[in-house]
Amino acid sequence: MLRRRNGTEIETSTNTESQIQKENGKGGIEVERKGKEKAKVVKKKKKGSCVDSCCWFIGCICSIWWFLIFIFNAMPASFPQYVTEAITGPLPDPPGVKLRKEGLTVNHPVVFVPGIVTGGLELWEGHQCAEGLFRKRLWGGTFGDVYKRPLCWVEHMSLDNETGLDPPGIRVRPVSGLVAADYFAPGYFVWAVLIANLARIGYEEKTMYMAAYDWRISFQNTEVRDQTLSRIKSNIELMVATNGGKKVVVIPHSMGVLYFLHFMKWVEAPAPMGGGGGPDWCAKHIKAVMNIGGPFLGVPKVVSGLFSVEARDIAVARAFAPGVLDKDVFGLQTLQHVMRMTRTWDSTMSMIPKGGDTIWGGIDWSPEEGYDCSAKKSRNNDTQTTSQNGKGGLGFKKSVNYGRIISFGKDVAEIHSSKIERMDFRGAFRGNNLANTTCHDVWTEYNDMGVGGVKAVADYKVYTSGSILDLLHFVAPKMMMRGDAHFSYGIADNLDDPKYEHYKYWSNPLETKLPNAPDMEIYSMYGVGVPTERAYVYKLTPAAECYIPFQIDTSAEGGSEGTCLKGGVFSVDGDETVPVLSAGFMCAKGWRGKTRFNPSGIPTYIREYNHAPPANLLEGRGTQSGAHVDIMGNFALIDDIIRVAAGATGEDLGGDRVYSDIYKWSEKIHLQL
Amino acid sequence: MASILRFRKLCYVEPVKCSSLGFESFETPKIEKKDEGIGPSIENVLQKQEKKKSKRQPKEWRCVDYCCWTIGFMCTTWWLLLFLYHCLPVTLTGFQVPEPPGARLKREGLTALHPVVLVPGIVTGGLELWEGRPCADGLFRKRLWGGSFTEIFKRPLCWLEHLSLHNETGLDPPGIRVRAVPGLVAADYFAPGYFVWAVLIENLARIGYEGKNLHMAAYDWRLSFQNTEIRDQALSRLKSKIELMFVTNGYKKVVVVPHSMGVIYFLHFLKWVESPPPMGGGGGPGWCAKHIKAVMNIGPAFLGVPKTVSNIFSAESKDVAFVRAMAPGVLDSEMLGLQTLEHVMRVSRTWDSIISLMPKGGETIWGNMDWSPEEGYDCDLARKRYMKPSLNDKKSNNSDGKRGFHIEDYVKYGRIISFGKAASQLPSSQLPTLGLKEFSSTSTSSSSNSPCGEVWTEYDEMSRDSIQKVPENKAYTARTLVDLLHFVAPKMMRRAEAHFSHGIAENLDDPKYAHYKYWSNPLETKLPDAPDMEIYCLCGVGIPTERSYVYKPSPSDRCKSIPFRIDSSADGSDNGCLKGGVYFVDGDESVPVLSAGFMCAKGWRGRTRFNPSGIATYVREYQHKPPASLLEGRGIESGAHVDIMGNVALIEDVLRVAAGATGAEIGGDTIYSDIIRMSERINLQL
Repeated sequence: MLRRRNGTEIETSTNTESQIQKENGKGGIEVERKGKEKAKVVKKKKKGSCVDSCCWFIGCICSIWWFLIFIFNAMPASFPQYVTEAITGPLPDPPGVKLRKEGLTVNHPVVFVPGIVTGGLELWEGHQCAEGLFRKRLWGGTFGDVYKRPLCWVEHMSLDNETGLDPPGIRVRPVSGLVAADYFAPGYFVWAVLIANLARIGYEEKTMYMAAYDWRISFQNTEVRDQTLSRIKSNIELMVATNGGKKVVVIPHSMGVLYFLHFMKWVEAPAPMGGGGGPDWCAKHIKAVMNIGGPFLGVPKVVSGLFSVEARDIAVARAFAPGVLDKDVFGLQTLQHVMRMTRTWDSTMSMIPKGGDTIWGGIDWSPEEGYDCSAKKSRNNDTQTTSQNGKGGLGFKKSVNYGRIISFGKDVAEIHSSKIERMDFRGAFRGNNLANTTCHDVWTEYNDMGVGGVKAVADYKVYTSGSILDLLHFVAPKMMMRGDAHFSYGIADNLDDPKYEHYKYWSNPLETKLPNAPDMEIYSMYGVGVPTERAYVYKLTPAAECYIPFQIDTSAEGGSEGTCLKGGVFSVDGDETVPVLSAGFMCAKGWRGKTRFNPSGIPTYIREYNHAPPANLLEGRGTQSGAHVDIMGNFALIDDIIRVAAGATGEDLGGDRVYSDIYKWSEKIHLQL
Repeated sequence: MASILRFRKLCYVEPVKCSSLGFESFETPKIEKKDEGIGPSIENVLQKQEKKKSKRQPKEWRCVDYCCWTIGFMCTTWWLLLFLYHCLPVTLTGFQVPEPPGARLKREGLTALHPVVLVPGIVTGGLELWEGRPCADGLFRKRLWGGSFTEIFKRPLCWLEHLSLHNETGLDPPGIRVRAVPGLVAADYFAPGYFVWAVLIENLARIGYEGKNLHMAAYDWRLSFQNTEIRDQALSRLKSKIELMFVTNGYKKVVVVPHSMGVIYFLHFLKWVESPPPMGGGGGPGWCAKHIKAVMNIGPAFLGVPKTVSNIFSAESKDVAFVRAMAPGVLDSEMLGLQTLEHVMRVSRTWDSIISLMPKGGETIWGNMDWSPEEGYDCDLARKRYMKPSLNDKKSNNSDGKRGFHIEDYVKYGRIISFGKAASQLPSSQLPTLGLKEFSSTSTSSSSNSPCGEVWTEYDEMSRDSIQKVPENKAYTARTLVDLLHFVAPKMMRRAEAHFSHGIAENLDDPKYAHYKYWSNPLETKLPDAPDMEIYCLCGVGIPTERSYVYKPSPSDRCKSIPFRIDSSADGSDNGCLKGGVYFVDGDESVPVLSAGFMCAKGWRGRTRFNPSGIATYVREYQHKPPASLLEGRGIESGAHVDIMGNVALIEDVLRVAAGATGAEIGGDTIYSDIIRMSERINLQL
C-alpha cells in the first residue's frame, strides 16, 4: 500500500508543488492512522503471540522454500552435474555414451523380466474403502495409501487364501510397460538406469519390452489369470519378427530369473499346460538370458520371511526398540498383518531354498564352510590384511555351520551335532489354541497352532534346508498346500520321468532340463562382497500368546571381530539378498558343459561384480554397487549387457569373471550331473 | 523503484537503530531528503510511530514479519483444509454423483466378453522423448506432449524443435527421437484432470475389463499412417496384439473403438492387415472377418475436417481468430521474439497426419461454388437447440417455412475459403474466376527470404505478387483447395501426396488402389470382406461446427507474418451461420455431421461398391446437452468432439456391444440431424 503510493507520487512529481504537498499530507495522515491501527493490532496479538510466531516461522520457511525451488527451476539443467564434477573431478561417461562412441548400435531386442516386489501393481476393482484408487498404484510409487488406509491396503494386496488368486470383488493387476518397474518409488531406480543407457545406443519402445507380471501369484497362475506367459511369448515373437529376425536378449532380475526359467519350459510344452511353441522355440527366439542376481536355488531370507516375517532389518529394529513392533500399537499388529498378507502370496514360496541338504548343507556340513567373514569386511581396508591372514588360518577350526538354517539358541548353532538333543516335532499335537478367539481379526496360521505345537517346533532345535520344508508344512499347512501345487524344491533323480512334465517343476533348475538351444547363452551376473543372510538363530517370543511365537534372537552376537554371526543372523558372501551359492552354482557347475540339466550344452558364463560402496553422497546409490537392486546401476554390468545386446558373445566379453569362492564351494557339492 | 528499496532498507535497518541509538534515526531522513524530498515526510511519520512503539514494545513486528505471518497463516490453513479433506471419507467429499453406466450395466448382468481395442485420435496421445538435443537434457522418457506441458513455458523453442519432424521425409530429424507413450496411460488423460479415454476405461473396468482384454493402440499421431509402421512397426504391433487378445480371450473377436483421426488410422489398418507383406501386414483376406466383431467409430472424421484447412493455411482456427479479434496485435507482434503463430505453423506443417484430415471427395461431397449438401441448414434453430435442449415445435414449423422461402439465401458452404464476406455470398457468376493453373507458373523463389529470420514457413519462399494472386480468386471449394495448398505449401503437399489421397475412386478395382496412400480414404477403398462385422458411427450433434471460412489478407504484409488470416469482423448473415469469419454447420464442434455420418448413412449402407460384402452400418447420434451445473464438469450428455467420451449414452452403447450385443439389439440408428437428407443430396456412384 505504502509503496504504491510512493510510486505514484514520484510519477506525479513533475506537477505543481502544491499538489505534492497535499498528497504528502494525505499520505502522512493515512500512514499515521495505519500505524496506530497497527499498534492496536499488535497489542491485541500479544496473547496469541505464540501462534503468531508459529505462523511467522512457517511463512518464513515456505517463502525460503519457494524461493529455492524457483532458483532451482531457473537453474540450467546441467548445473548439478557441473557441481558434482567440480567436487569429485570429471565423472566417467555413462556406459551407454561410451559404447555409442565405440560405434555400438541397436541389434537384438531386449526383454526385461522384473523380480519380486519391484514391479508396480494397480487397482482395477476394489471394495468400498478403496474408492477413487481405480488404476492408481497400490504397490510401487509413493505408497501413499499405506498410511492413509493401511487395513484397506492390506486387504487389497492379499490374495485368496485357498486358491492363491483374487479374492472376490478385488482385482489388482500389474502395471504394464516400462513404467512398471523403471522406478520402484520416486527416485529409487530399478531398471531406469539400464533403460536410459540402452536408449543411448538407440533402443526404444519397439526394441525394449518389460515383461511385467503379477509377482504375488504363482508362475503358472499368471498365465491362468492374466495370460501373462502368452503375452510374453507373443511379444517376443513380434519383436523378433519386426526387428529383422534378430533373437532377443532376455534380462531377468531376482525372482524374474525363476519366472523366465518357468517360461522357457512353458513355451515349449504342449498346449493345454504349456504354450505350444514347439521344441525349438527358445533356439529360434532367444540369443541370451542374462540373469541378474538370480536366486536359482532359493534364498534363505525367504525362510525367515515366511517363518516369522522378519529379515535382518526388522530384527534390528526389534533389538533397538523392543516392544514397538510387538505391541498392539493403535491396534495395528503390524507384523501379523504383514505375515497374513505375505503368506497369501504364492510367489514367495518359489524362493524357498531348493535342493535340500545336498546343496545347502546338512547339520555338520555346508558348502560354504571355512568362509571367513572378516576377509570380506577388510577387503576394502588395507591396514587389516595382515591380521586377517593370521585369523584366516586359525579360524578354520570353528567354521560356521551354515547348514543349520534355523537353530534355536546360539549354542545350538555352534556345538557339534552329536551334542544336540532333538525331539521330533512332526507328530506333535497341533491342538486348537484357546487364545485363538482373543486374537482379534488377524489371521495367521500360528493361531491354529497349539502351545504344544510351538514348543515342539522349538524342541527340534536345528533345521537344515531339508527339514525346513517339514517345518513350514507344520506351521503353515494351508500355505504349503497351495505351494506344493505350484512349486517343488527337490532334486530330480531321473529327469526323463514323465512326472517332470508338470508345471510345478519348471521353475526349479534341479528338476528341469534346459531347452534344446545350443546357440543360446546363459549368464549369471551378480554382486559379491556384501554380507548376506544365510542362517538364523531363533528364540521363542516371551509372550507367546497372540503374537508370532518365534523371533530372531538379536542378542546372539559372534563375539570376536571377524564373526559371521551378527544380531542372530549368520551371513555369507553374496549380494545382500542372494548368497553366491544360489546365484552362481548352476552356471558354475550345474549347467557347465553338457550335463543332465543342460543336455544341449548351452554355454554358461559367470560375471561377478565386486561391491564397492559409493565414494560419496553425490554418487547416490553408487556406480559400482553389488547390492541386489543397486547392481542395476553398476556401470560394469550395464556395459556387459549393452555389449551383448549389441551382438557380442560371452567370449567377447571375456568369459567368466569370478571374485568369490564359488568354484571351490561348487566342488564340495556332490550332485549327480 | 528507489523508494521501494529505501522502504525496504527502512524495514530492515531502522528498528535496530531505533532500539539502540534512538536519536540517530532523526538524521537519516535528512540525508534522504536531499535525495528525493518526497517520501521522507511519510517516512518521518512512520519512523516516529515505530520509535514510539519500539519504546513501548522492544519486540516489534515489521513488514517482512507480517508478510511471513500472512504466508504462514495461509499455508497452515491450506494444509489444515487439505488434511481435513483427506481425512474425510471419500463419499462425503464428493457430491452425489450419478451412477456410472458401468455399474448399472453390471447389475444388469453384463460382463466382459469381447476384448476391446482403443485407438486414440490426433493430439490426444502422449509423446515422450527418447533422444534429444542438449537443450532437452533431463527430459528422457518425460512427456513432451500431454501431461502438464511445463516444458513449453520453460524452453519453448527447444520444445518446438523436438516436436517437429523432418521437413523432407516426415520422419525424425537427426538426433531426435520422440515416441508415442504406450499403454492405457497414453491417452486416458490428456492433461491432468482433462479426461479423454479415462471415463470409458473406468466403465469398461466395472464390467470386468482389465489389462488383458483392453488395449490402447497408441501411435505417433504426427506421422503419416504408413510411416508409423515403417518407423515404429505400430501396425504390426496392433495386429499382433489383436491376434493375441483374440486367442487368450477364448477366441472372442475384438471390438475396436477408434476416436477422431484414429478412425481413419484404423481404416488404414483394415486395408494394411489384409494386404500382402511388402507393403501390408500379410494377414490374408479373411483376417478382419476372423478377428473383428465391430468397429465403433467415435466422432469419425471419415471425409475430413474443414478445420484442418484453416489450420494448414493460416495456423488458426476459431479460437485463435477470436483471440485475434479481441486483442489485435498480441499474436502478431513479435513479442519476445517468439512469433508464436509462425512457429506453430512451421511445426504443424511437418506433421503429415494433419493432411489426412483434409476434406476428401472434393466437390461431390463438400459442395461447389453454388451448391452444398448442407444447404438449407438453419443455424438459428440449431443454436436455440444448443442453448435450450428442449425442442420447440413452433420453431421447427417456422424453419420449415423459411426453408420454403429463402432458397437464394442459403449459405454457400461449398466455398470453404472465400476472400471477403461478399465473395462468400455472391452467386458464382459474379465472381471473378482465375485459372488456378496460373498459380504454378507465377511462383518464383522469393527475394524477401533472407530478412525473414530463422522461422521457416513456406510463405517466406513465396514472392509477394504470388501471395497477392491467392485472394484474387475469391473463393475456393474442396477441389480447388488442394491446388491452393499445393501452391502455398508445396513441400508439405509433396510429402502428403505420397501418403494420402483425397479423391473419389472411379473404379475401385484399378490396381493403383492397392497403394497404401489410398487406404485411409473411405472413398477410394473397399471395406474388407467381413459380412459379420459391424461398423458404427457414433457422433455428437447439436454444436455449431466450423465448415467454411472468410479470409482476408493480413494488413501488414511483412515477411514474418502469415499473409492470410480469418476475417473475424465478418459477422452474422440473417440466419446466423456466419460468426467471426466462420460459417457454422451442425456437428460435434470439430467434425461436421456430413463427414462423420455420410459413410455409415449412405456410402457403406447396404451393399455398395465401397462395401462389397455388405457390412452392417449404424449411425448413432448423441444430441448435445451442455452440463447442467458446474459440478458436472464436462457433462455426462455432451456431444462435443472429445467430451463425448464421457457421454453416458455413448458409453452404454460401447459397453453393450463389448458385452456381446449387436447393432440391432442396441436400437439400430438414432438420428437427430439432417444427415439422411444431406446424404441424399450427394450424387455419389455407389
